[in-house]
Amino acid sequence: MGNLSTYALGVEHLTVSFDGFKAVDDLTFYVEQHEVRVVIGPNGAGKTTLLDLICGKTKATSGSVMFKNNELLGRPEQNIVKMGVSRKFQTPSIYPKLTVFENLELSHPTGRTVMGSLFFKRTAEIKDRVEEVAKEIYLSDFVHTRGELLSHGQKQWLEIGMLLIADPELVMLDEPVAGMSVRERQQTAELLRRMCNGRVVLVIEHDMNFVREIAHKVTVMHQGKLLAEGSMDEVQANEKVIEVYLGH
Amino acid sequence: MNRFFNVFLGGRSGLIGLLVMAVVLFVAIPLTLDVFRVNLVAKYLSYAFVSIALVVCWGHGGILSLGQGVFWGLGGYCLAAFLKLEAAGNIAKEATSDQLKALTTVGLPDFMDWNQITELPWFWYGFKSLPVTIVLMFILPSLLAYILGTAIFKRRVAGVYFAIITQALAWIMEMLFVTRQGWTGGINGITDLRTMLGWDIRTNSAQYILYFATCILLVGCLVLCRAVLNSKLGRLLVALRDEEDRVRFSGYDAASIKRFAFVFASAISALGGAMFVLNVGFMSPKLITIEPSIYMVIFCAVGGRMSLIGAVYGTLLVQFGRTWFSEEFPAMWYFLMGAVFIAVTRYFPNGLAGIFDDYIVPLGKKFTHRKPPTLATGGLKSVPSVTTVNSTGN
Repeated sequence: MGNLSTYALGVEHLTVSFDGFKAVDDLTFYVEQHEVRVVIGPNGAGKTTLLDLICGKTKATSGSVMFKNNELLGRPEQNIVKMGVSRKFQTPSIYPKLTVFENLELSHPTGRTVMGSLFFKRTAEIKDRVEEVAKEIYLSDFVHTRGELLSHGQKQWLEIGMLLIADPELVMLDEPVAGMSVRERQQTAELLRRMCNGRVVLVIEHDMNFVREIAHKVTVMHQGKLLAEGSMDEVQANEKVIEVYLGH
Repeated sequence: MNRFFNVFLGGRSGLIGLLVMAVVLFVAIPLTLDVFRVNLVAKYLSYAFVSIALVVCWGHGGILSLGQGVFWGLGGYCLAAFLKLEAAGNIAKEATSDQLKALTTVGLPDFMDWNQITELPWFWYGFKSLPVTIVLMFILPSLLAYILGTAIFKRRVAGVYFAIITQALAWIMEMLFVTRQGWTGGINGITDLRTMLGWDIRTNSAQYILYFATCILLVGCLVLCRAVLNSKLGRLLVALRDEEDRVRFSGYDAASIKRFAFVFASAISALGGAMFVLNVGFMSPKLITIEPSIYMVIFCAVGGRMSLIGAVYGTLLVQFGRTWFSEEFPAMWYFLMGAVFIAVTRYFPNGLAGIFDDYIVPLGKKFTHRKPPTLATGGLKSVPSVTTVNSTGN
């Protein structure tokens, strides 16, 4: 320790125990700068819990999560966000009663305090940024539509856009293409490729074709532990992975 | 100027709604009702402060406070304490009055004297001065809301648990005010309030003046609430109500924003309580217990919990209904009130404002082929086209 690391995200000996059940158990892995890492594994492997731990939603029992040489564990959620960590939830969580514009605007990293939001002014700069992100997430024509009226896929994009507008350094996505049509999956893959540029991305996904398309490296989890790690081809050839997850 | 128009008045539709309400309050009611009824309306309107406060914290923020009457009552008690000290001073000046002869310590409120208190308690000193009283009237309820809000929201207690805690608060406050007789006037409350700075508040002309003062302050609070709801903080409240985690993981301290809404709502409520004291001339612990607080939520629900103006109409309607119905069929009143509450939540979740938006606005459109005014407050409405216009600030 003490040396500045070269990796961007370092998860070391991360453990969380719920009444004795270890959802994540002594997990260690490192993600490089500008890397897209996909985490796969069977249901109940602890993938979502891993994201919960990194973003502060769940408190870890022990271990460490270092991002750009800063410890994330033990910080309040909003402070982790301010350090450049953004997270998308599994079920699209957007604000149903607000328009796409308002959804994106609330996610813009200005006026985050009580007084700041009370006296927040919608500047041309913010407007432009919102329009720009809306275009990026294929929702230019829906800027004034309320969130609840969007299709499932559009809601997923909107939430991705809500991360994007904050310009995070670490992006965590929990099953971003679940429930999407083939065409929507392709568009999402394009969107993510553009978005990943210059960022560290951690994705949970079950769709193997999608994983192949975006992943630089794959981490396989099983029962809270690391099962395998490597390129998509290495992982797919791994006997243990075939056994517990991919099937013969 | 344009920004002021949109933010405070809620654009064209908001302004028309406000003007219609102003005509009802400032012209129609004083012209058609006698002074007794006007005073009654003033009393009703002092509850409307709480209704609009609930629109902000419950309707938009999803924070259901079943103890809002506590903050209303604290504001009322503060002003009542000032008026009571003045009344006690007046009695002391009238050297021959019977009331004076009945007292052992002249210059103290009568209830303190009856409770063998011979010196003014230290926390009553502030109420000797009107400016200090007005400051305390806002500070005390806000401070209570701040402490409670910090304790509850930082621990992420929400929803029904929050409602239960606030309801318990109402009960605790009633017990406190009833049992501390020498300090608070006990079960009778603080009564026999006659003058403010020497001005008799019981005359007909005073009651008209107080009625108009109540209306002006209510409209002022309404415009202030609308400004808050039209700010980014207002949209954050809606976001928090529907997806609290998303707000938190967008870098906001959710607890602080909820606490602000709660404190803001309690300060507005407190002003209503003070206006009640001026219009009615007393304050009692029966008004700060659970039942009135639940009424306040019903006023807001009937009017439409998303609509500030709707909440004012809802408050008036339910209380007129209460007065009329409890005179005609006193035993049936509670059943009717319960039925109304169930019907509103089940069939008209947006209350009067929702009925107006869903039935009257389309009807108006049919006849005029134009966009008519709506009652709703801006920000959120069932008519998407209107939402679009307001939300982008075009």
